[in-house]
Amino acid sequence: MLRLIRFELIKTFTRWRTYIGFLAFGMIVPLVVAGLKLGGKYSFERHLLSVLQNDFVIGGNVLNGWFFGLFFMGALWVHIPIVLTIVAGDKIAGEGNAGTFRFLLTHAVSRTRIITAKFIVTLIYTALIVLFIGGLTLGLSLWAFGSGDLLIIRKGILVIPEARLPEHFLMAYALATLAMFVVSSLSFLFSALTDNSIGPIIATMAVIIVSIIIISLPFELFQAIRPYLFVNYFDVWQKVFDDPIPWGVIRSQVIILAGFILAFFLAAVIYFSRKDILS
Amino acid sequence: MSDIVLRTIELTKRYKNRLAVDHLNLEVRRGDVFGFLGPNGAGKSTTIRMILHLIFPSEGDVEMFGVSLRKARHSALAKVGAVVEKPAFYNHLSALRNLEVLGGLQGPVSRRRIMAQLEQVGLADRADDPVKTYSHGMNQRLGLALILLNEPELVILDEPTTGLDPQGMKEVRELIQGLARERGVTIFLSSHLLYEVELIATRMAIIHQGRLRVEGSVRDLLTKGQSSVLLKTDRPEEALQFLKAIPSCRSVTIQGDGIHVELGPEGIPELTRQLVDAGFKVNGLIPQRTLETYFLNLIEGHQ
Repeated sequence: MLRLIRFELIKTFTRWRTYIGFLAFGMIVPLVVAGLKLGGKYSFERHLLSVLQNDFVIGGNVLNGWFFGLFFMGALWVHIPIVLTIVAGDKIAGEGNAGTFRFLLTHAVSRTRIITAKFIVTLIYTALIVLFIGGLTLGLSLWAFGSGDLLIIRKGILVIPEARLPEHFLMAYALATLAMFVVSSLSFLFSALTDNSIGPIIATMAVIIVSIIIISLPFELFQAIRPYLFVNYFDVWQKVFDDPIPWGVIRSQVIILAGFILAFFLAAVIYFSRKDILS
Repeated sequence: MSDIVLRTIELTKRYKNRLAVDHLNLEVRRGDVFGFLGPNGAGKSTTIRMILHLIFPSEGDVEMFGVSLRKARHSALAKVGAVVEKPAFYNHLSALRNLEVLGGLQGPVSRRRIMAQLEQVGLADRADDPVKTYSHGMNQRLGLALILLNEPELVILDEPTTGLDPQGMKEVRELIQGLARERGVTIFLSSHLLYEVELIATRMAIIHQGRLRVEGSVRDLLTKGQSSVLLKTDRPEEALQFLKAIPSCRSVTIQGDGIHVELGPEGIPELTRQLVDAGFKVNGLIPQRTLETYFLNLIEGHQ
């Protein structure tokens, strides 16, 4: 299995397509940080003060790197799936489209092992892109705006001391990575269903957009199906910034997200193991 | 050890209401260069894909080296190398990397062995170039290098010379013949190019509309049924009238400076004797029967 994973890593990380996400975020994030540094920060400041100045005395560097690191995470989580699907959606469909399955699957290696290796590499890519974006946003924000305690305005006001922030952010990135694993798994499943790399990208994004619309609308019917939609649990990472941290809720949401990942992966394995390779 | 390397047993593939392959029974023996012939759409590629487990049979089974593909796919495919249709590689990777990644699936393959295979197919000097820079002929040769890496006992090739220029076709044919002759590899070769099978194969089967029409040695099939010869004689006009009177000559026509004669199975020696007895000088008796005429007759007979 390790050899198969190594081969998949070679195939994946020698392709230009793999780096599109890194390049896109590598350009966008510095631009946004530069924009904030060159004046955008003041509109945040005005907005924040208008909310808080009647009740609180604000002192110190509130709009610091940690604050913007958190802001970026909240703003980018809907964009990350787009770059994930570019790679995850191509993982199986790309081989079918290129015709390389005609060599790959005629060896004495089971389809399940091949698919599993591909899935593991898809998860590795997902983790790398989430950690890259997290590291880049937080690193650049800290460099540009300095450090300090983190002010969180969500269900009230919470201040997390600077010393505890690294562990909070590490937990948040781990949970965000898990949420993005679900996106990659879904895209991977769609990739098993087709020989066209574009289809899985469109299908995954369509599922995410429709699901977000459903969970956003306050209709009774939509609220009833909300627990069955994986996007409902995408904000699990935000819960590590609550006080106290709701570990029970986080644990159950982690289990649900892991369940989605497993379900999508197993569906991909079962379908692909019986699929006729016609390309 | 069984002499049968590959056997299809009532192999069938049904797509909704269409039968792509219909209860096909084939046997490929050790050492055969087995030509699998049929017109486009006859079911050749579907059969090959079923043999290689790329598509799943609706009915029937495949045995390789006596092992059922349904029951033990891995051990059945372990001694097989195959190129199905056009060889497809990871275009962004070099030939060396492709062989490492695709050839190493069953076990590690050393760089030295990869280079030796590339040397054999004449691609050693392009080993580090991305495959996207390769011509179709080079891809075909790379495909052969790949399947040889695992030292297969059975090589399955699906239309291996399609799209190649005459020189490329010749090179690939020579490689295939070399495999059979020098390494003792059994070859299963599908083609719609009749002369190719005639040149390479020792045994063959013809498939049409998903059904096996005939199977046997190329030599037997070529001499089976009526024969066809071009007769060169000193007095063609008189010979024409003479031959028309002989019952075993089913068709007699002037063709260029000779006479084209269709005969029964044992007709040629008898014809020669009768001509000589009648005082004709036989300057030439050229067999006209080719696999192409046999194939066309067979296909037309089933339509």
